Formats: sequence, C-alpha cells, structure tokens
Amino acid sequence: MTNTWQDIKNANVVLVMGGNAAEAHPCGFKWVIEAKIENGAKLVVVDPRFTRTASVADVYAPIRPGTDIAFLSGVIRYLLEKDRIQHEYVRAFTNAGLIVKEGFGFEDGLFTGYKEDTHSYDRSSWDYELDENGFAKADNTWQHPRCVMNLMRKHVDRYTPEMVSRICGTPQDKYLQICELIASTSAPEKALTSLFALGWTQHSVGAQNIRTMAMVQLLLGNIGVAGGGMNALRGHSNIQGLTDIGLLSNAMPGYMTLATDNEPSFETYMKTRLFKPLLPGQTSYWQNYRKFFVSFQKALYGGAARADNDWAYDWLPKVDKGLYDIIRAFDMMANGEINGYICQGFNPMQAFPDRGKIRKALGKLKFLVVMDPLDTETSRFWEDFGPQNPSDPASIQTEVFQLPTTCFAEENGTLVNSARWLQWHWKAADAPGEAQTDIWIMSGIYHRMREMYRKDGGAFPDPILNLSWNYTKPAEPDPEELAKEMNGRALTDLKDATGAVTVHAGRLLDGFAQLRDDGTTASGCWIFTGSFTEMGNQMARRDATDPREQGIAPNWAWSWPANRRILYNRASADVAGKAWNPQKPIIEWNGSLWTGIDVPDYAPTIKPSDSIGPFIMNAEGMGRLFARDQMAEGPFPEHYEPFESPSENVLHPKVKSNPAARVFASDRAAFGNATDFPYVATTYRLTEHFHYWTKHALINAVLQPEEFIEIGEVLAKEKGIEQGGWVRLSSKRGVIVCKAYVTKRIKPLLVDGKPTHVIGVPIHWGFTGQARKGYGANTLTPSVGDANTQTPEFKAFLVNIEKTSAPVA
Amino acid sequence: MTDLSRRGFIKLTGAGLAASSLGALGFGFTGEALAASVRPFKLTHATETRNTCTYCSVACGILIYSLGDRAKNAKSNIIHIEGDPDHPVNRGTLCPKGSALLDIVHAPTRLHFPKYRAPGTNEFKQVSWDFALTRIATLMKQDRDANFIAKNDAGTTVNRWLSTGMLAASAASNEAAYLTWKVARAFGMLVFDNQARV
Amino acid sequence: MADLQSQDYIRRSASTMTPPSIRNHEQEVAKLIDVSRCIGCKACQSACMEWNNLRPEIGHFEGSYDNPHDLDPSTWTLMRFTEWEDEEGNLEWLIRKDGCMHCEDPGCLKACPAPGAIVQYANGIVDFISENCIGCGYCVKGCPFNIPRINPVDHKSYKCTLCSDRVGVGLEPACVKACPTGAIMFGSKSDMTVWAGERIEELKSRGFSNAGLYDPPGVSGTHVMYVLHHADRPSIYAGLPDRPQISGFVGAWKGILKPVALAGIAFTAVAGFFHWVVAGPNEVQPEDEAEARHLLHKGDDAP
Repeated sequence: MTNTWQDIKNANVVLVMGGNAAEAHPCGFKWVIEAKIENGAKLVVVDPRFTRTASVADVYAPIRPGTDIAFLSGVIRYLLEKDRIQHEYVRAFTNAGLIVKEGFGFEDGLFTGYKEDTHSYDRSSWDYELDENGFAKADNTWQHPRCVMNLMRKHVDRYTPEMVSRICGTPQDKYLQICELIASTSAPEKALTSLFALGWTQHSVGAQNIRTMAMVQLLLGNIGVAGGGMNALRGHSNIQGLTDIGLLSNAMPGYMTLATDNEPSFETYMKTRLFKPLLPGQTSYWQNYRKFFVSFQKALYGGAARADNDWAYDWLPKVDKGLYDIIRAFDMMANGEINGYICQGFNPMQAFPDRGKIRKALGKLKFLVVMDPLDTETSRFWEDFGPQNPSDPASIQTEVFQLPTTCFAEENGTLVNSARWLQWHWKAADAPGEAQTDIWIMSGIYHRMREMYRKDGGAFPDPILNLSWNYTKPAEPDPEELAKEMNGRALTDLKDATGAVTVHAGRLLDGFAQLRDDGTTASGCWIFTGSFTEMGNQMARRDATDPREQGIAPNWAWSWPANRRILYNRASADVAGKAWNPQKPIIEWNGSLWTGIDVPDYAPTIKPSDSIGPFIMNAEGMGRLFARDQMAEGPFPEHYEPFESPSENVLHPKVKSNPAARVFASDRAAFGNATDFPYVATTYRLTEHFHYWTKHALINAVLQPEEFIEIGEVLAKEKGIEQGGWVRLSSKRGVIVCKAYVTKRIKPLLVDGKPTHVIGVPIHWGFTGQARKGYGANTLTPSVGDANTQTPEFKAFLVNIEKTSAPVA
Repeated sequence: MTDLSRRGFIKLTGAGLAASSLGALGFGFTGEALAASVRPFKLTHATETRNTCTYCSVACGILIYSLGDRAKNAKSNIIHIEGDPDHPVNRGTLCPKGSALLDIVHAPTRLHFPKYRAPGTNEFKQVSWDFALTRIATLMKQDRDANFIAKNDAGTTVNRWLSTGMLAASAASNEAAYLTWKVARAFGMLVFDNQARV
Repeated sequence: MADLQSQDYIRRSASTMTPPSIRNHEQEVAKLIDVSRCIGCKACQSACMEWNNLRPEIGHFEGSYDNPHDLDPSTWTLMRFTEWEDEEGNLEWLIRKDGCMHCEDPGCLKACPAPGAIVQYANGIVDFISENCIGCGYCVKGCPFNIPRINPVDHKSYKCTLCSDRVGVGLEPACVKACPTGAIMFGSKSDMTVWAGERIEELKSRGFSNAGLYDPPGVSGTHVMYVLHHADRPSIYAGLPDRPQISGFVGAWKGILKPVALAGIAFTAVAGFFHWVVAGPNEVQPEDEAEARHLLHKGDDAP
C-alpha cells in the first residue's frame, strides 16, 4: 500500500477491482464504509461476481476474468478524450513529457524487439532519447510526436467503449458510468483509492493489470495524496515483511537483488545497481546502493566481509536464469532435479497450481521437511486419503519430517502489514507439546551443518563457517537481537566532515542516511533502519494519536521507510508546495521547510523550486506512464487473453496471450481448449476462511463447512444442476466433485457477441483439518505465471461442468 | 385469539398440560428466592497480552487472554482472544477468522511432536528433535556437497545450490525471516520463495 | 454482577412476586444492526460462539452461505442471506443478522410457564435462566421472531443473552465489538435511535427512499433494532416479520388455557411428572411430588 488503511476514509471514490476487500480484509474495509458515511464517497466494484463487497457498492459492473487491462486502458482513453486529467500534476510529476527513442514501436500485439525463439524482448528500444549529458529529453508542451503522452494516447486509442464491452463483457452503460465516477477525481482536491489484491496479480498479465491502474492514478493526480494511492491489500500477515527482507529467489533485504552470472565482479554488479539520475538534480535514491549492500554484508559476515574481498561479494549465490520461483521449482522437482525441499509454514499441496503435478513432484524428492503448527496436506501428500488424495505410499521413497512450530500467540517479534507498519507482538503462552520456534529450528539445522563442515569440510564452506552469529543465546537468538541486527549499528565511531563523532561505535543507527559503504556500519535490512534505535523498540510504540484524525497515526508502531506513512507524499502538494487538497494536507512547504503530519519523501529542506521529483526511487524522479525497460511484456500495458480463454484476442488474433510469459513444455501440454472446457473459471477466497489454515479451526469449519462451487442460474438450468446439487467440475488437469451454489450473483456475459459463463471456485478445502474433506481448487488450475513475477494464473482458466450424483460415503 | 385454529388449540392445550403440571409441581418453585443469574465475567483476572492477528496483512491488534496471572505455579493457557480497541486500524473489531483465533491456537490438528515418515512406509512415527534435525542436516549436507555449483560453464564464480529448495513462511516474524534468509543464503540456496504470489 | 443482580429485574416469567424495583434509574440499552453496511462476514457469529463457548456441529453446504443452516441451541446468531431482485431486475444481496430482538414486551417471557426461567432486566435485556427452564417450548411459540431453540439433550431453551455477562461489567456484546464495518452498534436505546436517524437520512440521500428503522411497536419496540434500506418491506430480509406481534397462543395461554390446563392436572400431573423424569437429567425427590399436590389446591400462582 502507498497509503494507510485508515487513510481510505479520505477517498471520494473507492475502486475495488482486482480484489474483494470486504470479503478478504473485512477489518480494513471498515475504512471504505467510513469513507462512504463520513466523506460521501462512492464505492465502485468491478468483479466477475457480485461479491460481498458489491453488496454494499454504489455501482457494480461485471467483467470477464482476465480482461482488466482492456477495461482500464479504456478508462485512460476516456480520461484523455474528455480531458479529465490533472494537468499540473501530470506535467510536474510524471514522465508524460519525456521523449522516447526513435525506433520504439508497437504493431499487431508486439512491441519492438520481440524474440520469437525465447518468448522474450530485447528491451533496448524501450527508453528515452538522451541528450549529450545523459539526461532524458523532454517536451513539456506535449507537442513532440514521441513524447510519452502522445505515444500513450495512440496506444490506448483502440480501447473504445465498444471494444471494452466486446472484450470484457461489461455493459457499456455501466462502464461509462464508472469512467465518469473515476474521472470526477481528476479535480485537484478529489481522490480515488484503488484497492486490489490477488484478483489482479494472479494472471499471466498480473503486473500489467496493476500498472494500468497506476497509470490511471497518475493521470488523475491521485498518488501521494490523502485518500488516494495504489493499495495492494496483500495476503498473509507478514507477506510484506518477507518481501521486504527478500525471501524470494533473487531478492535481498531492502529490495536489493542478488547478482547474476553476468556480473562476475562486485564492480560490474554495482554498475547496474547504482542508478544515475536521468534528469538533472534528481534524488535517485539507489545512488546509495553500495552503502546498503556493504552494510548488509557486514551484518551477514562481520569481520569476514572486507574491502579486500569485495565485502564477500562471491559468497552470495548468483542467479543464472530468471527466477527460481515456485512454478519453476516444481517443474524441476517433477523432472527429478530437486532432491530436498523445506516447507516452512507453507502448504504447496493446496497453494500451488496443478495439484496432480505437485503431488507427483513431491514424490520424487529424497527428503521433505515441513515446519508448521498444523497437520498440513503437504506433510501427508504420500498418504492415501481416497479420491481427495489418491496415493500408494509404498511406491513413494521420500523421507518426510513433520516439525511442530509455535504460532503467533507463542512468540515475540514483528510483522509488517500491508501499509508497511512494523508491529511488535508479545508471547502469551507456551507452545503445545514440543513445538519450537522457526528461529530455534533454523538455528538447529544451521549449527549441525556448520559443525559437519567444520569437522569434515565439504563444498565451499566459507559462508557457512563465517556467517555472523553473535547472539546471547546461539541456539535460539532473541527476536530483539535480530531486530537490532536488521536495524543496524555503527561498527566504529562515525564522524562528520569536521571530524566530530556523530554516532559512537556500537550504537544503533537512527536512519539509513547514516549507512556507509566503507565497512563502518552494519545493517541487515536498510529500509528497517530506524525501527530499533537507542531510543528503544520503535515497532512497539502504541501511541494512537492521529493529527486531524486524518488516518496517519505517526507514533503507532513504525513504518518503513523512515516512518513515512504515505509514500510519494511530496506529490500531495502542487509545484509550489501547497496542498492540492487544502482540507487534507499531508506535507506543505512553509517557506523554509516541508512540514506536516508525515515524514516527507526527501530532506525537508529541499526547496520546491529545485524541482526534485517525488518518485525518488526512479532515476528520473517521476511517475512512469511509460515503464522504460522494467516490464517483461512492454512499456505500455496491452490486453492479452488468459492462457486458457474461450475468446480470440480481437485486437490482434495472432498474438493471443502474453508473448513474454514463460511456459514449461509439460504445462503447455496441460492447457485445455474451449471446445472441451467451454466455461471460464476463477478461484477465490471466502470471508469465513483464511487459505487452508482455518479449516483446522472449529468455528470457521462450522461457518463454511464444505467445498462448493458457484454457478449462475442460466448455466445451471442449461445443465440441469439443482441448488445444492452435486457437480463434477473438470479442467484438463483434474476433476473435483462437490456441491453447487446456484446464484443470481453470477450472470452470463456477452463477450464478442457470445454468451460466456463464469464459474466460481472457492479454494479452502483439503483433506486435513476439521472441515469436510475436499479436493481443492488447485486440482483444476493451470501452471503458468505472470511474465514478470511468475504469479500463477489462478483467476482465469477453462473448465467443464456436469451434474452428478452424491458420492458414495 | 382470532388466528387460533381448532387444531392449534388442541395442540396447545396438550402441551400446556405437560408444562403446567411441571411448573405447578414446583421445579422452579424452590428457586423462588431470586438468584444472581448473569454468567460471571470470565476475564476478570486473566492475563492480557497484546499481539497481532496471524491471518491477513491488515494486521489487526488483538488482546490474548490467558488463564493465570503468570505466577510461578500457574501455567498460562489461552482462553479468549478479542480485538485491541486501541489499534488504529481495527479499533477492536475482528473478522470471522480473527474472532475465532482461539480455535486455531487450540486446533486438535496442531502438531505437538516431531514426526518422521521413512521411505515407502505408511505412517508417521514420533521422533526426537535431535534425530530429526541431525538427519535433516546430514541429508542437506550430502546433497549440497554432491550438487553445489561453485563455477558456471563460463568459469564465473556463482556458488549456488539448486538441488535443495525452500519455501519461507509468510506468517513468520521478520526476525525469523531474517534468520532464515541468512541460513538459506549461507548454504547458497536459490530455489527460495514465499507466499507473496499465492 | 453489581448492576445486573436480581434487583435489576423488571419482569420474571410465571411469578406472583413483584420484582424489586427500587433501582428505577437504569439506562435502557440497544443494539442497532445497520443492514446497509453489513457485508455478511459472520464475524458476529464467530465472536458469539467464541465468547459464549458455543460450538455447533459442523454441518453441510446446503445451497447458501447460511451456516449453520438455522439457529440452534448453540447458534444464537446467524447471518441470513437473500439474493433479491427489485422490480427493475437490479440485484441486491440482503444480509441480515438474525437473533433475539430483546423485545420490550417479550412474548417468550409472557408465554413461559416456569417461574423465573425468563427474566427481563431493567436495561431491557431478556435473559433465559436455565436453572428454572423446563424445556416446554412455550417461549418458542411465544416469540414473534422464531428465536429460542430447545436443546434435546438437556431440555433447556437457549438464545442470545445480549452478552449480559459483558454488559454487566460495562462492555459491549461480543458481536458488536467484533463487527468489522460497524454494522452492529451498541449503546443506550436513545443514542441508537438518534444514530439510526442519521443513517436513514444518509441512505435516503443515496436513493433508498424507503430506508427506515425497525423497532416494531407490536412488541412495544425492541432492544435490537435494524436500519433497513427497504423498511417498507421487512419480510424481504429473510422473512423478518412485517408486523410482529405476540402470538394469539400466548393470549390464549394467559386468558383461558392456563386455568383449563391446571384443572386437568389432577389427571395428568403424574404422567407429566414421569415424562419429565425420563427426559430430564435432574433427580426428583418425593417432597417435590408432595409439593405438587399442595400446589394443585392452591391454584394458579402465575401472574
């Protein structure tokens, strides 16, 4: 989230699209209700189903799963055509006026640079035209034919209301009503907030779904302001923290990335990481990358990371091909290329696409370690549970370890919420039986391996033997010590230019501006610097004071970066530094300083006349309507059909689906077609359950006890399916048998002249826990991911449905 | 009386007889002295601990109530969980999952002991932590030593280990996550992911 | 139980005694359920079960989101979902939290033949006192909202207590506290009525011209009230009674049937007694039987 949960109450329009906030995040959704009641806000819901969020919406419109880019590109077209953009904002804070290189183009569904053989792009033409100093050329009058504004205008021109309706199945009148509501927030003092989640990410074009909306928000001047922003509601309680700390195949703490094979030396690595400003004077905060990296290596390896060994640069693994994400990992596993696998609080048997493939792959492992508070399906994949998990244990040679862990109530520590707040929590009781913390278990595995390497040697033991482990209780480091290590400290006295000591050796640091690249500071996660200082544990703060009740609560817990609550808040004020919305200012320039209720994006003394952009992590300091080379499938979003779709791509039939997506051969062979599987299916969560955990909780099992799917009345009638009757739902990959909920909330959509039926598949059931046994939605889902992030396409695929009889008990 | 049918009247009289006779027989009569009737408030001296809901990333503040006052001889046992009214986001509210956190803490399918399933067998057997961790470390070291890639074909130092992978827990704390990162990367793991996408 | 002990009773079922009434200055409470902001998340159901230590059986999917499928002895509140289309075919998903309305004039209490099994406190809460309950089911018949449920195991009647144990120590009921969107509010009845008025104004401004408060006069008002967007048609919300009244059965019981029934006791008391012994868990002493005979001659002692 760029903004906070409570800040949603400041919105004038709330757009819930690509998510189902009421159902998945009820307690955060209260701020939508607050916006409606206290701020007169309109709630707009765009969703294939009439959801619980839609039940309290002012306007609801249906959309075919997987067509959000067409819808939103049409919105951009509408805003430009009707001139409903916030001109001053767009001119000052976005790259609308920057000029794109000659040679960039888009034709028949492909951008320039496509390489058919590798399904990828040479992205070199997707960039600005630079002047002799290496700065991007600009035309802020937007006359230049290759300025971003004009290229974008041309790109979205095809998305007429007729075309949007033809692709999305959304009735034109509803669509135009929504366009007008969205456009109403182009007024400087009005804001729209975008609330989204997996409904946008779980597509083969997931990242571009979100990008398209971000472009809408930039055009409306809604980023950085109260009641605005792009708000990814996110999933698990600490998914934000795990992303921040970089527990992803190529990631490092604080959004640094591991080196690739093309970066054999520390200097080549630094060259691509240290962004040079693309416009004069811009902050371009990644200029400080070396400070973050060196300080991190000092935290990791202490004295063993030295200038003369490039801070142990070679001790980190280098990445050879893209991501080793879950889809690749299980493809490797299915091919016998992975021997061991550790699932820490993770249940891939339920969570990953194509369950049949997951089950088969796990059976090829030599060993599987499952750390979990609960008895998960993954830890019992080898056991025969009948049709929900058919298995022949005798033929499965995998050694399986089921390790009991503590849960939230039994440990101290921090979670980062979707608004980037780090909140400390306290242990209430001991864990049952012999359950242990993840910290204890990981330490136990590490110490045993370290001893073996110390005693017997083995493959490259240096990083294992030299890993910094200076904890009071090595067998189970105290969370406070780990939190301090992430915050960082001075390793020697830090001095300013005059030689005066600013931070004494050993002291905790106050902020990442104190980090150095000479090995005199250590910090395990630079964006968390300031969270645990000599003033104490800032994450444990509990002062809920909220100036002007504007939803900032700056002294509650601690927010990264630098306790900033609203990202890009510089953009909440106009070029001169006055708030766009004088009723809800965040920061303003008072003539000598930026002051207000939040921590400004950059040094509070930087004058508005210096024209430093609010988007400090971007090299040009501006919000990007044109993404340069950052996206796999193009610098502008384009509508591509889901990999399983009943419709042609009416914009460019030859390029139907994302041309830059990575699809493994066996997964491609498992795609179904619309002849055999004529209906569009989409998976989702129900409010009564959290993923596959709460079926273990009795109350939640009572509230939603049994697997079912949802179909519209028209399709039910066609197929003779009765309310609550049994059905057999199949995809190319598998079959589930469960009950049907025949509902008025799903109606056929008219797509390109054809009625298209959508079937809803809630995800929560499996074969362990207290709820009734189920097959699980991932029995059906395809194994293909977004081209940038490899997030699986759970939201749009093809199925068939037949009436069936109740299974024999 | 107007909508009382003959049939209903008879039915009611029948029921009335049984009930009246019991009432008249006085099974409530001995309780004529009015007793305190409200259920005693169950949290009066329970220990209150502040925590964060384990489910979604709204991260609602919660109050965990446990039996006992943390005296040496009292074993804390969680008896109730409700929302933290001070928390700026949830302001005391909780969703149907958060309101039932007690049932996940005490789920009958919570794991209590390390268990091990040997190749080809059809059961989990309880084992000691030392057995489990030593066996895991041994298997991991064998695999790492056999498959570690120190240099790629071009001779570049790459120091990666691809044949063992890990999924990290997105409900684990930052501190557990950071320690996990350190350990996994010190081994050279790249097949490393979390729930960010699912 | 400082402020809810016996001296706070204002009514007591089947009792001749006059409840102590000197504590006459207690605020009446009310729960206001604003259907227009309810998202049907069932947090109220979950919190109710958790706080009250209730765990119904795990049921089945039965063609709707209503789970459990009905109120039962351990389900004191329940979200009822209705997919409703107006005359123009616009879909609304009407979601109503069902449960005890805590009537000002409680039909259950009036119908109850067991002395002190149902009481009404001065703050308006209607509570079942299990110790006195005989499981006869008259409260079920007397309730205009079909709320109480008899447990076939212990033969007691159960329903929402409005968390009298929480209210008694100055807390809001569990469902109210949990409700994520503020669709359930709690306070004094007068505050809730004023707040409802503001909500109705807001709903009218959004085009719900028939928005209104459900505080039915047929039972002299309730301590659980609804804000409805279609207050002209309560029954579209899963059968919320349009004009609830205490059933004719209760009038019959009080006016005619009770004397008739008592007159018949000479013939049926023994049979009824044995029935109770077989069905009920409590031990019965011979002196109880003696007292029953004594009562027969004493006549009707109910109010």
